[in-house]
Amino acid sequence: MASLAKHIRLALGAWALALMITASVPSIAQQINPTASAVKEQQLLQELNRIQGRVSIPDQRSGVLEQPAGREWREFRNVTLRWIGGVAILGMLVALVAFYLIRGMVRLQAGRSGRTIVRFGAFERFAHWMTATCFIILAISGLNITFGRPLLLPLIGHEAFSEWSQWAKYAHNYLSFPFTIGVVLIFLMWLGGNIPNKVDVEWIKRGGGIVGHDHPPAYRFNAGQKAVYWIVVIGGAAVAITGYELMFPFYLSGIEGMQMAAVVHAIVAVLFVAVMLAHIYIGTIGMQGAFEAMGSGIVDVNWAKEHHSLWLEEEETRAAAKDARSKPAATAAE
Amino acid sequence: MARMKFLCDADRCIECNACVTACKNEHEVPWGINRRRVVTINDGKPGERSISMACMHCTDAPCAAVCPVNCFYTTADGVVLHSKDLCIGCGYCFYACPFGAPQYPKIGNFGSRGKMDKCTFCAGGPEADGSKEEYEKYGANRLAEGKLPLCAEMCSTKSLLAGDGEIIAQIYRERVVKRGYGSGAWGWKTAYRETIES
Repeated sequence: MASLAKHIRLALGAWALALMITASVPSIAQQINPTASAVKEQQLLQELNRIQGRVSIPDQRSGVLEQPAGREWREFRNVTLRWIGGVAILGMLVALVAFYLIRGMVRLQAGRSGRTIVRFGAFERFAHWMTATCFIILAISGLNITFGRPLLLPLIGHEAFSEWSQWAKYAHNYLSFPFTIGVVLIFLMWLGGNIPNKVDVEWIKRGGGIVGHDHPPAYRFNAGQKAVYWIVVIGGAAVAITGYELMFPFYLSGIEGMQMAAVVHAIVAVLFVAVMLAHIYIGTIGMQGAFEAMGSGIVDVNWAKEHHSLWLEEEETRAAAKDARSKPAATAAE
Repeated sequence: MARMKFLCDADRCIECNACVTACKNEHEVPWGINRRRVVTINDGKPGERSISMACMHCTDAPCAAVCPVNCFYTTADGVVLHSKDLCIGCGYCFYACPFGAPQYPKIGNFGSRGKMDKCTFCAGGPEADGSKEEYEKYGANRLAEGKLPLCAEMCSTKSLLAGDGEIIAQIYRERVVKRGYGSGAWGWKTAYRETIES
């Protein structure tokens, strides 16, 4: 029995060997279609719009073989963004110039009273101007990345433009830190005065009084200022988060996340610039007495009466209460 | 003038990484930068393919289009090169490139990525051909010496082809006809908006 089993095993082994040899003969191999199971580029791209695999080099991110989405990003950067930015910023400039020519400066109707009141303390002004200076440099260096090549490069040439852009890039990266701190300070400092309330509805209904000579009542911040506040806080947070995502590539996301971040960053930034142009306008040549609020921190009482009547009332009651408290105390001490 | 292109015949690539090594050595590419890499798709599964990929020297290159300082240029051979003197290291070419070709020496360093580095098709840069400055910034200029890229020359299975687009397409077409199959010219549609009919 044992010898029979041995014979069968031997026969089976020989048969299997013969089968393996015949299988490896080329004439038979050609009948097998190796492409049937091969990965197809077109199919992979259609499925995910990217092709990713394994690499044996340390840089695992290079495992993304193809991401044609880069072409859509290019279209956004070179066409869409230039339109959005151009229309928003130039549109705002045109609107402001037209408004200035038609309406002119919003003047103090009652003239100056000669009495003043503190509107913004030293720390508030410091936070505002730190954020503002950073913003202006960030805006110019940022716009340079989008519009510098078609507008500035032909004027100053390759070497000078690269040198300037290099410095602009460093400024953009490093000033983002004080800018972010400034936005956080603004958020915390002025949050109390910027919660929307019923007075804002009235203010908006009367168009802020900017058309004509109306002066709707307002507390410390009117609805327009509240809008600017929330644009700064939300827009500032958006540009900061997306900006840091681009500054630290691959820490937060892969290539597609960075493309999205660049898109969000750029759109929010150009709209932000447009809004800030209006903010700068109304804070300088747009309204008499407005710059003082953030300049010296002290405004004329008549200005406060016309633009922030409810805030002035609050301040006056507070001052009166303080006086009432301090006077008896003073007499008692004598 | 020839229109230079790369073509990786994925049905021949055995992922030996000789192209990667040849490139790194020829141009003394710094640690951490890979101008060329081999990516394996469906690793360990049926139908696995490896593709050697570097800058494809695209027609109407996206990197050149998005560069904020316009530091790219295309040579008469259709090779896409850039000037490291003009590059500001912003990383935009990396977002736009479909092939992940641009590399930065200091990625993640507060956005100061350093000058971009990528495959030059062994054609150097804007400096004088074969000069010391050119070698230090961009590596060897084999094209100026009448030689083709070293990665393709070193390819052990002649999977990676580099040279005149028409000629390498013809070589590939003949291969496909002879062996009866081919998984296609990877990246060609994206880079050159054409593919090789087979």
